[in-house]
Amino acid sequence: MPETITLTLQVNGARRTVDTHPMARLLDVLRDGLRLTGTKEGCGEGECGACSVLLNGRVVNSCLVPALQAQDGVVVTVEGLAEGEALSPIQDAFLVHNAAQCGFCTPGMLIAADDLLRRCPNPDKEQVQAGLAGNLCRCTGYSKIVDAVRSVARQGEVR
Amino acid sequence: MRAFLPDYAIQAPGTLDEALRMLAAEPGAWTPIAGGTDLMVLFNAGRLPGRRLLDLSRIYELRGIEDDPSRLSLGSLITYTELLEQRAVHQFFPNLVKSARATGALAIQNRGTLGGNIVNASPAADTPPSLLAYGAEVQLVSARGSRWVAYDAFHQGYKKMDLAPDELVARIRLPKPQGLGFHFYRKVGTRQAQAISKVCLAAYARIQDRVVTELRVGLGSVAPVPLRARRAEAAVVGRALDALPIEEARRAVLEDISPIDDIRASAHYRQVVTGNVLAQMLKELGAARTA
Repeated sequence: MPETITLTLQVNGARRTVDTHPMARLLDVLRDGLRLTGTKEGCGEGECGACSVLLNGRVVNSCLVPALQAQDGVVVTVEGLAEGEALSPIQDAFLVHNAAQCGFCTPGMLIAADDLLRRCPNPDKEQVQAGLAGNLCRCTGYSKIVDAVRSVARQGEVR
Repeated sequence: MRAFLPDYAIQAPGTLDEALRMLAAEPGAWTPIAGGTDLMVLFNAGRLPGRRLLDLSRIYELRGIEDDPSRLSLGSLITYTELLEQRAVHQFFPNLVKSARATGALAIQNRGTLGGNIVNASPAADTPPSLLAYGAEVQLVSARGSRWVAYDAFHQGYKKMDLAPDELVARIRLPKPQGLGFHFYRKVGTRQAQAISKVCLAAYARIQDRVVTELRVGLGSVAPVPLRARRAEAAVVGRALDALPIEEARRAVLEDISPIDDIRASAHYRQVVTGNVLAQMLKELGAARTA
C-alpha cells in the first residue's frame, strides 16, 4: 500500500508542501504537518464545526477531508484571517462583544462568520444563525456571537 | 478507536474510464468516496469496513448539469450547495431545494453529494424522499455499459441496492413537472441544522380541473429504505381537491411504512407523525390555488 504522498497546498496565501498519508485528515495535516494549531478538533464527525477551514473557497469540516482530496487546494485557516498584527473586522468584533468564552469553537466560528459575511455582507439574525448552524458553542449561548457578526455587517452598511 | 492509517489506501483516477476499469478489475475491492461526509465519519471512528478507497472527486464526467425542456440531469457529484445554486432546481424542484437546505449545515452541504446521499443508502437521508416524489431515475455505469433504473426501484432492502460492485451512479435525471403542480417537503428532526430526521415526507401532485391526477409521496426514516407511500397515493389520486380522503390516506400510509424504535424516535412516534405530516400535506393540497 502507498505510504505517503507529497501534498501541495496553498495555505493562507503561501505555497506549502507536506509529506503525508493520503488518508490523513486535512485537520491533522494542518495541525501536525504544518503546525497550524488554530484549527481545533471537537467531535471528529462533522457535527461541531471546530475544525472549519475554507477549502477552495468553501467552508468544510477539515476532519472529514482526506488529504488526497485536498491536493493542490487553496486553504484558509483562522491564522489566515488577520493581516500581520492587524485583526480582521470579525476578529475585532468577537473581542469587542466578548463572543469567545472558552475559545475552543472560536476559530471555526470565525471562519464560518468570515465566509458568511463574504457571501452575505449584511445578514439578518436568521441568516447569521443559518450561516453558523454547523458551529456549536457550549459556553456563550450564541447571542454574543450573533451580535459580533451583525456588528461587522452594520459597519459594512455605513461604509 | 481511531482508524490506523497504514491499513488504508486511496486512489484518485482522473477519468471515468480509469475508475470503471479499476472497479471491473477487482469488483468489491473498492469503496468509492465522493464528499466523504458519511464515509469519513466511519473512518474517523475506525469503523469503515472498506480498506481501499476510490476517490471519485476528480472525475469530471460525474459532474455537470443538462437542463433540457423536459428534464434535468445532474451529475452524481453535485453537492447540496451546488444544487442550491441551480436556477432550474429552484424553478422546477423546490422540494430538492428544501432537502438540500435540511441536510447537515453549510460545511456538510459544501462537500456532500447527491450521488453519495443515494448510495450511502441511509433510510434517514434527506434528498431521497424528494427524488421519489419527482420520479427520478439514476444512471448506473460500469465497464460493461450503462443502464437507467427508476429510483423507486433502486433501494431493495436496508443498505441493499440495485447496484453491482463494478457500477457507479453517474447521473440523476428528473422529469420536469408539467402543468399545475403542488410541492410539499417536511423533515421532522430534533433541531433545524445537523439533526437526522425522525420522519421525512416529500410530495408532488399534479392537479387538473381541481382533481389530483398524479401524486407521488416519498418517505424517509420510516422503513429500511426510502420509499414511496403507494397505498396512501392510491387513496388520493383521482379525488377532487375539495374532498381529499385525509383519514383514509392516514390509515393507508400506516400500511406503507414499517418504522422501528431507535435512538432518534420510537416506532409509535413515527407512525403518528407520518400520519400527521401526511394529513398536513393533504390539507395544504386541498387548499392549493388552482386559478
